Amino acid sequence: MNLKLWRCLIVITGWLLWSALNAEPRASGDLGLVIERETGSVLIINTTTASTLSRIDNLGDLSHASVVFSRDQRYAYVFGRDGGLSKIDLLQDKLVKRIVQSGNSIGGAISQDGKLIAVSNYTPGGVKIFAADTLELLADLPAEYGDEHKRSKVVGLVDAPGQKFVCSLFEANQIWLIDAKNPRQPQVTKFEDIGAQPYDALLTPDGHFYAAGLFGEKGLALLDLWQPENGVEHILADYGKDDEQMPVYKMPHLEGWTVAGDLLFVPAVGQHEVLVIDQRDWQLIKRIPVAGQPVFVMSRPDARQVWVNFAFPDNQTVQVIDVKDFSVIQTLQPGKAVLHMEFTPRGEAVWMAVRDEDKVVVYDTDSFRQSAQLPARKPSGIFFSNRANQLGL
Amino acid sequence: MPYLLLLLLASQPVVADLSSARQAELLNMLKHDCGSCHGLPPKGGLGPSLMADAIADKTDALLFDAIQNGRAGTAMPAWRPFLNAEETHWMIQRLRQP
Repeated sequence: MNLKLWRCLIVITGWLLWSALNAEPRASGDLGLVIERETGSVLIINTTTASTLSRIDNLGDLSHASVVFSRDQRYAYVFGRDGGLSKIDLLQDKLVKRIVQSGNSIGGAISQDGKLIAVSNYTPGGVKIFAADTLELLADLPAEYGDEHKRSKVVGLVDAPGQKFVCSLFEANQIWLIDAKNPRQPQVTKFEDIGAQPYDALLTPDGHFYAAGLFGEKGLALLDLWQPENGVEHILADYGKDDEQMPVYKMPHLEGWTVAGDLLFVPAVGQHEVLVIDQRDWQLIKRIPVAGQPVFVMSRPDARQVWVNFAFPDNQTVQVIDVKDFSVIQTLQPGKAVLHMEFTPRGEAVWMAVRDEDKVVVYDTDSFRQSAQLPARKPSGIFFSNRANQLGL
Repeated sequence: MPYLLLLLLASQPVVADLSSARQAELLNMLKHDCGSCHGLPPKGGLGPSLMADAIADKTDALLFDAIQNGRAGTAMPAWRPFLNAEETHWMIQRLRQP
């Protein structure tokens, strides 16, 4: 090799070493993703500095999307409307792998051991289970029901202790408890006639109860995961049954809860109310009047406050409920079309996606003042990496 | 009688005198509020596909009725409080564009 080439190599090696030494290592505990629904992209953000680190493009149709995180908080799995499942490396700002696993999907979950990703699909209706590392398909569970083997849309898919997943079937009125200990041959326990049209569901943070909200009738379908053999119980079936039902311009979502003592806060379907349920006896103890039809009812991590956003045409408003006495203590107007909220891990701040103003705003949850603002293109969901260690998220 | 009136309105040709600002609002609504159930593009979600080929065999009158009055037994609400007849027709025309 001639001298010139040697010199060249030495310079390049030196430069590489210098870059490596100077590169700021990135931790992942205070990262998150913001979905940009119209452009099919996501922003990787940092919640400590309230800043955007990068944008990842080409993720397909994210008009409805949700995200789960690997337990090492390095990877985010994005579930898109078009059946796309994308694995993003939060440390290297890149798309690791993307597959289109169905025609139309709604959400997903990561298993207790972090090794499986389950996706709930609308078309064709069912659940698919993938290896978290390679996204290899391990199992396909068509949501067939009835004698004609029709397929139902699957909603409210969550992970549960014991390497299980739980989901609900919108048209079939069923809840499925999926044991994925053997992921290539998962065992499904089906609960039928659980109530009309389950639209979404939540797992209590201790993994004890799975509650599916019903669209076709009043109340919730409740499964005690400590005693699944007892079957599904229909709770709150009679509340407000004589009230006039209002048209629902956006489906509520169930993913927020609060466990202040034993209280569960959920949106009332078709009513301007947040329902408070006592988890000890599953009785409705309060109907809190609010500014519109709630979409997300989410508790601050310390469960002192519950923040509520609303369906069209009241989606410019966000209200805060004080759990101490169930009073609405703040009515905020963060901007036009507030689609989602996410609390920082210990709840000093909340991030809100303001779709029609192309921005994400950060509010201090003590002073209720805006502390930061980031540009984002038609933002919808916001997901922080501390979800990695929370059951049901 | 009001229903008859609606039918009459439904059969009226569209008069394109919506302001461009209102058109932008309607387009945003179509993408994001309709899109929250029907997708973006509206290939379907909780609600059915509203792509041009998917609605090709549906009459204007049927689509008009679905938008204005909702669909009983489904999650589709009545959008009458937010969309007048002309705006509803504008939406339908927009959906029919391939």
